Amino acid sequence: MTNINKIKALLRKELLLETRQQHTLYGIMLYIASTVFVIYLTMESPDSETWNGLFWITQLFICINAIAKSFLQEAKGRMLYYYSITPPSVFILAKLIYNVVLMLVMSSINLLLYAAFLGSPAVSFLQFYLISLMGAAGLGLIFTMLAAIASKAMQQASLMAILGFPLIIPQLLLMIRLSKTAFAEVFREGVPLQLVMLLAALDILIVLLSVILYPFLWKD
Amino acid sequence: MRLSWWKLTSIFLLVYAVVGGMFLPVPELPQLGETIRNLYYHVCMWFAMMILFTVSVIHSIKYLRKGDYTHDVKARSYAGVGTYMGILGYATGAIWASYTWADPNNPAYASFGSIMREPKLIGAAIALLIYGAYFILRSSINDMDQRARVSAVYNIFAYAMLFPTIWIIPRLLPSLHPGQEGNPALNFNDIDSRMRMVFYPAVIGWTLLGAWIATLKIRYTILLEKKWNNNEK
Repeated sequence: MTNINKIKALLRKELLLETRQQHTLYGIMLYIASTVFVIYLTMESPDSETWNGLFWITQLFICINAIAKSFLQEAKGRMLYYYSITPPSVFILAKLIYNVVLMLVMSSINLLLYAAFLGSPAVSFLQFYLISLMGAAGLGLIFTMLAAIASKAMQQASLMAILGFPLIIPQLLLMIRLSKTAFAEVFREGVPLQLVMLLAALDILIVLLSVILYPFLWKD
Repeated sequence: MRLSWWKLTSIFLLVYAVVGGMFLPVPELPQLGETIRNLYYHVCMWFAMMILFTVSVIHSIKYLRKGDYTHDVKARSYAGVGTYMGILGYATGAIWASYTWADPNNPAYASFGSIMREPKLIGAAIALLIYGAYFILRSSINDMDQRARVSAVYNIFAYAMLFPTIWIIPRLLPSLHPGQEGNPALNFNDIDSRMRMVFYPAVIGWTLLGAWIATLKIRYTILLEKKWNNNEK
């Protein structure tokens, strides 16, 4: 089997697992719904700055909860099985792709709920939607690698947050800054494009690091 | 007791940096006054911290390549001393800021919220948080071999993410801190030639002192391991 086929097979397996153990998927959706509902009840009508900050913090927490399970659910025996059938780089690439897709879906739900409950300060909703997807993909990438690291330790869920928060700050600041373009804030020409390029460069860096470093993580 | 040449160099340079730093002439600037002498101590702490963290990452890479346990001990010790230097950097910076940045109409701690938003301080805070997380990660894995491997992976991953951070954040936020575009004190226009005569030796001296402390910790840890192994036999 070529590597591309292997990735496809691993992705298919993730999807199958997701449809057979639906409680995890619905669990995350319920988590999003209740988080947004709590924010809706505690904040009457946040201004655009607060809205933006809250939105990205919510994205961050959704990401931790959605991705923490991606390595938790793999039992030791099953990891051994993967070990015998795929190279590590293929395995981590499949995980990265799957988690990015998962985050894109969850982020769309999150944005819809935000718009429904708290309104949307964005002048161009489509633009903000695309920005939020981009941010969600970045969060998904970085936390996949951190979930892999944390899965080797005890107290994995809280450890993931400790390991991840310092690393996520630059991305989060870039995203918050970039989001303001959708709020009709005036930027110098070329700055939004520059921010997008920076984010893309960071994402590429994360993928490269994951592929290089994951082989060391997975052998026991 | 015989000391190797670099330990003697460290002692000599630090004596020079402390005595020279206090007595040699400095440029007179109205906002800074004599607090400018803090440059020899405050900035050096950050330099030493970054150099020690870099050494720690190099040892992590070596560990992953060779699997030699002493590299893991070294990576941990250098990261520990680097963190300690970072805390000292914050302490010296806080003293400095309380004379230069803090709002004189309010008590010094009231300015904390606005001072912490400085990009350079955020970068430093991220570095310290990363290494704090590194130590938590280490302590939460029991198996020695696995601890070394996993923490080495995190060390490299986090360090590689830290550099874009330090480069990006100053360009996103406004700053009072010197050296807006790049690194203060390395830029030859920023720093007076008289100060450079003390500053560069001071950086080397503090870094060597950090390395000295780290080597002591490394030797102590390795001896301790040996003792445990002998007791088991």
